[in-house]
Amino acid sequence: MLDFDNVSAVRGGTTIWSEGTFHVPSGQMAGVIGPNGSGKTTLLMMILGLCRPGSGTITVMGQTPHRGDARIGYVPQNYASIAGDSIRARDMVLLGLTGTNYGLRRTTKAQHERVDQVLAEVGAADFAARRMSQLSGGQQQRVAIAQALVSNPKLLLLDEPLANLDVRNQQEIVALLSRINDERDIGILLVVHDLNPLLSVLDGAIYLLDGHAHYDSVNEVVSEELLTHLYGTAIRVVRTPQGDLFTRSA
Amino acid sequence: MQFLADVQFQSNWLEILSSPFMRTAFIAGVLVAVAAGLVGYFVIVRGSMFASHALAHIGFPGATGAALVGGSIFAGLVAFTVVGAVAIGLLGKRASDREIATGTVLAFATALGVLFASLASENTSTVTNILFGNLLAIPSDQLVIFAVFLGVLAIALLVIFRPLVFASIDPAVAEAKGVPVKGLGIAFMVLLALVVSMAVTVVGVLLIFALLVTPAAAALRFTARPGWVIFWSATIGVVSVAVGLVIAAMINLPPSFFIVAVAFLVWVVAAATRRERRVAVPAGGHTATIN
Repeated sequence: MLDFDNVSAVRGGTTIWSEGTFHVPSGQMAGVIGPNGSGKTTLLMMILGLCRPGSGTITVMGQTPHRGDARIGYVPQNYASIAGDSIRARDMVLLGLTGTNYGLRRTTKAQHERVDQVLAEVGAADFAARRMSQLSGGQQQRVAIAQALVSNPKLLLLDEPLANLDVRNQQEIVALLSRINDERDIGILLVVHDLNPLLSVLDGAIYLLDGHAHYDSVNEVVSEELLTHLYGTAIRVVRTPQGDLFTRSA
Repeated sequence: MQFLADVQFQSNWLEILSSPFMRTAFIAGVLVAVAAGLVGYFVIVRGSMFASHALAHIGFPGATGAALVGGSIFAGLVAFTVVGAVAIGLLGKRASDREIATGTVLAFATALGVLFASLASENTSTVTNILFGNLLAIPSDQLVIFAVFLGVLAIALLVIFRPLVFASIDPAVAEAKGVPVKGLGIAFMVLLALVVSMAVTVVGVLLIFALLVTPAAAALRFTARPGWVIFWSATIGVVSVAVGLVIAAMINLPPSFFIVAVAFLVWVVAAATRRERRVAVPAGGHTATIN
């Protein structure tokens, strides 16, 4: 799905991480973790072709990253803060399909059906006629995911999809993403702060440690030594007798 | 009927309405109201309210400067607002993020406008017309220019409609999808400059909000579908201009106040009206709107 070869990330003229050499197998559900300012969003921007690596090469599903790659769906951070009072959820999703079309073409019946399908898939059909501003954070996130999915991407990128959500909504979004990952058989890459809600569904994680980017399977990433080093504060990994796994500050 | 005498009620108002200069004013007002309605939704969604206000102020020295050198006031307006629009567009970030810089520049522009106005030998009514607008002062040959501007605006918006909605509402995703967000931003600012120049002749530099923002804000109370917001903005604008002109014909006063007052009233009624209620119809996942 993703191949990074000696990649460095540059933002505002400074290198924020380098020597990123790793391979993310296709169809994976992978996290991107690292402390604030470590370059997680920049990593997404490079995959989207919105900024170029300082050095090295990135290959996304066999191609060099390029803007407007129809194979990638993207859900940006702070989705809720956009001009939500002036658009309905359904029209928001439709933009994911027709928003790049110039000229006044009528939206086809097939396109409307496509929007209905994806709204139902993410559980947003019931509130699709409401304005974005009238929706809860969890509902807005579902609409954002629907918009990203409506063009049938092969890879879904999400920047902090669980931020500002309560525990129940976090669990619901995680369950939804996991189901999308299975049913659509597409890769999902998501930037997260807290690994805990995702530990049961993640296959692996890209982690930004000491100015370098690495990828490993989730079992390798969830280690006290690595996480403590990564976040610069003592982290414990707890396995309960029931088999649950979670991390917490020591 | 002392009151009617005080407000200078003109019993021959029907006759006045059918006079050539009223017809010119009416056509000009409708053209401008439609143009303003076309961009109003985008002004609100893009958060360009302050930028549109700034553009009008930047146009002020253009207009008075033109009067100073004996040129066309409208040409001066267009020249200054378009240059201002490109500058604001190139800044990239929404002008509202740069309120201090924009505010400082527009204060200077306004001061420059006052300087030009006092240097020019024009009488004070010219300056008043620029600041507060006067539909009745629009020369009939201006109609052709307004029609051409409206045509350019309508065609341009038809072509870029969807990408512009996408880029206005959801710039991060639109950018990733390959929509030229910054280019569309500059293009929109230039189109906005044309509309601002037209609208200044109707309601003036200081009342620009009334035509550019108020109708769209009222329309947004009823619907959030971009096409319908645009349709209703234009309609509210046209009604405001028409009703304002009729009242201005009845009582011999400049129409600007009445045009703005009608738009304001529509907005007040819209704002006081409960937002439309939407009820989901379970079968088939389709939804209905209940007003």
